[in-house]
Amino acid sequence: MSDKVKVTIDGITVEVEPGTSILNAARQIGGDIVPPAMCYYSKLEGSGGKCRTCLVKVSKGSEKDPRPMPKLLASCRTTVMDGMEVQNITSPEVLEARKGVVEILLINHPLDCPVCDQAGECHLQDLSYEHGVGKTRYEFERRTFDKIDIGDKIQLHMTRCILCYRCVYTADQLTNKREHGILGRGDASEISTYIEKAIDNDFSGNVIDVCPVGALTDKTFRFKNRVWFTKPVDAHRDCPTCSGKVTLWFKGEEVLRVTARKDQYGEVEEFICNTCRYDKKKTSDWVIEGPRHISNKSVISSNHYETLKPLPVIKPNLALQAANKEEFERAIKN
Amino acid sequence: MARKLLFENINIPGIDTFEVYRKNGGYRAVEKAIKTMSSDDIVEEVKKSGLRGRGGAGFPTGMKWSFLAKPEGKARYLVCNGDESEPGTFKDRYLMTYIPHLLIEGMIVSSYALGANTSYIYLRGEMMPQIRILEKAIAEARNAGFLGKNILGSGYDLELYVQPGGGAYICGEETALIESLEGKRGNPRIKPPFPAISGLYGCPTVVNNVESIAAVVPIINDGGDEYAKVGIGRSTGTKLISASGNLVKPGVYEIELGLSVEDFIYSDEYCGGIANGKKLKAVVPGGSSVPILPANLILKTVNGEKRLMSYESLSDGGFATGSMLGSGGFIAFDEDQCIVRNTWNYSRFYHHESCGQCSPCREGTGWMEKVLHRLEYGHGKLSDLDLLVDVAKKIEGNTICPLGDAAAWPVASAIRHFRDEFEWHVTNPKEAMERNYGLAKYADPLPKLEEV
Amino acid sequence: MLSVTETQFVEFSPALIAKFDDVVSRYPIGKQKSALLPILHLVQAEYGWISAPAMDKVAQYLEILPIEVYEVTTFYTMYFTRPTGKFMLEVCRTGPCCLVGAEKIMKHIENKLGVREGEITPDGLFSWRGVECLAACGMAPVLQIGPEYTFYENLTEESVDQLIENLKSNSLQN
Repeated sequence: MSDKVKVTIDGITVEVEPGTSILNAARQIGGDIVPPAMCYYSKLEGSGGKCRTCLVKVSKGSEKDPRPMPKLLASCRTTVMDGMEVQNITSPEVLEARKGVVEILLINHPLDCPVCDQAGECHLQDLSYEHGVGKTRYEFERRTFDKIDIGDKIQLHMTRCILCYRCVYTADQLTNKREHGILGRGDASEISTYIEKAIDNDFSGNVIDVCPVGALTDKTFRFKNRVWFTKPVDAHRDCPTCSGKVTLWFKGEEVLRVTARKDQYGEVEEFICNTCRYDKKKTSDWVIEGPRHISNKSVISSNHYETLKPLPVIKPNLALQAANKEEFERAIKN
Repeated sequence: MARKLLFENINIPGIDTFEVYRKNGGYRAVEKAIKTMSSDDIVEEVKKSGLRGRGGAGFPTGMKWSFLAKPEGKARYLVCNGDESEPGTFKDRYLMTYIPHLLIEGMIVSSYALGANTSYIYLRGEMMPQIRILEKAIAEARNAGFLGKNILGSGYDLELYVQPGGGAYICGEETALIESLEGKRGNPRIKPPFPAISGLYGCPTVVNNVESIAAVVPIINDGGDEYAKVGIGRSTGTKLISASGNLVKPGVYEIELGLSVEDFIYSDEYCGGIANGKKLKAVVPGGSSVPILPANLILKTVNGEKRLMSYESLSDGGFATGSMLGSGGFIAFDEDQCIVRNTWNYSRFYHHESCGQCSPCREGTGWMEKVLHRLEYGHGKLSDLDLLVDVAKKIEGNTICPLGDAAAWPVASAIRHFRDEFEWHVTNPKEAMERNYGLAKYADPLPKLEEV
Repeated sequence: MLSVTETQFVEFSPALIAKFDDVVSRYPIGKQKSALLPILHLVQAEYGWISAPAMDKVAQYLEILPIEVYEVTTFYTMYFTRPTGKFMLEVCRTGPCCLVGAEKIMKHIENKLGVREGEITPDGLFSWRGVECLAACGMAPVLQIGPEYTFYENLTEESVDQLIENLKSNSLQN
């Protein structure tokens, strides 16, 4: 007899270790049925539950107690039970709620993607593309904050922040002295150091990698290039502080930035130190391993040399095509 | 006169002192519990009494107690929730001000039942005067041997402390309260684990409202069965109702559950009718979070039956035509009150009090407030009403804690029952700035339901 | 961005530290962070508000990080991170109080004191602000004044005038 528990997500059954969350069970299945997650980060203890984008419907609690759960649950923080049945993309209720969460996450977001360094690798951008609606019903002034530097290498652009708390957990769990935190409350909450302080720690740069949006960006890469014009390459070096396993982002011969290696969910494989991130920007500093595989869903892979056949950059959007056709017909009528 | 179980002696001069309280039968429950009962016996009595949590959710207290995990070698905690911040609710303040020893006595019995050796009473920070009252009462009880080491020679030790909050409605949510008591921001925890398994300092914890704890005293004195005889159906015992708004005699009343709403509003024993000879327009019967009802629906259910002050009767008809008993914050509106303005006021409250941890509540409450502000000040659109209903729906049920629901319900219910008043604000913005919509047809008798 | 430039020299008196010690003794060993909220109340009662250096000192006393104190102070509404008038009149502005005239009372206080919400009168004596439900809806309208948090209930314009006069003359005598 196996100790594993059985869970069915959108009709697909998988056996997982007891204690696994619904989200991680879904990730073991993979594909479209994986709920999106903006705040959960498997490497950060206590993260998750806050953004509400990963809400799912538990239509059967477990073999023992088959009652459905009355409310939608955050899949990242709900443990699977044996015989549990979960609906994600097969539940209209879930999709409706998720659409609501996306709309709500965007009402105070500046939507400054054209000038945002995160564009192209931003999870909010992907999320809005997948689940958002074309226009907003929010007609009020959006919340803004001034940009501030926390340390000489990191810029905090609070206006873009979705308050996922990941950077706070990172500082708590990776460094010995957290300098920044969540101040204020409600929609006036902000990430801040309160009194101006530089964040100075060997691992502080990781807050950039865990940020799902463009709120924390690498100043050494600021406005250098759009990420989709750069070529990611895996490389390593013998680093006394961290594993030294990184991704180099090349433009021509030049290393424009160094990040940790991120998986398809945007989570780093191993956290890296600031020396690797900021100070080793020569190819000769590194042992090159080869091109970094980027999911073909990402815009970064659009002109990637790893792929032989060209990939469709834009999904055929029937509504858009229809709208274009109508627009065209109107134009020739006049 | 109706039976009083908590406030029977509240008018005796000096009842706030140990001496007078004791002379009038105080601390009998402690003696009975510690000397003659096991902790399981007490839990059993509370279960028998049918007591339901008086903080708002109405969850059976005895059942909550029986969920408490009892791992070896780990402390257990009882935390009393005196955060009382729900607009319209002020019964706990009243109880603690005038008869503090009732709460202390309840805390001792309940802590003994749960096996807690350190218990905390968490009060909202604004209640500094009540904190001083309770601290004095605790010192008196300790001097008399009811607190501290080896209480009444039984070998049972209990320390009791009062903890102030810092000004946050959200700390009335039990896990936010625990966070706050641990010296952190009042962000509710993601459940599970529930406090009964992992609460204060990661230890099994029970959080109960002030009134629930106080109700344990008569339950132990007279027995659970006797307590269950008071009230109606599954709404057993008495309930403290905080009556406010446009009433002749606002204040805190102890009622037997099952009293009719009409008697509560109009009889001289209770609120004495609507102030200044005006007419009743609407009532929020259980604190600001519960749905508002127009006068005709609060006095009678949609089936034409008398509406009673009980968990079941007030929620009769679901959210379509009913409301909830909640925390017993009974707010009455006279014919001159503007429902739009009041709804905006409530939504401002929830916007202000949202902790900001999860996105639907953080962003959605502010959005609703802004739309309602626009409606109140004559810049609204008719489409705003559907927008509000939709935003409320997007928040409700999708948040970490019930604050999201609490913010959504008042808005959704106000539009459900007072849609024409909202529409009038949009269509007659100038007039709406100068005068109120008035009573309209909100007090008219409901049309008889057709027999099917 | 919340930024604080005011500096204030803070050295807690032995009497205040003794009060802190008493608070800390209420919690299990190692859980002294629980004392944070009560200690911040004590600091505010002593200094009238809580400056950044004072928060740092509290962090040092409780052996926690300064950011943990900043996070808490800015979350709860009772803590002032800026100086206020000697008497801060906090008027309840939530629904039930508004049903019986709280908005009129606030307007009256604004006119009477001649300062807007959150500002300090030139003599440094008064500030006022609207606060959310104070759980005294049956005695509405109400206001409270720290650090004792004395309650003034069933307010009328006349009783507010009287209260302000009393506070003024009391502070002159002291």
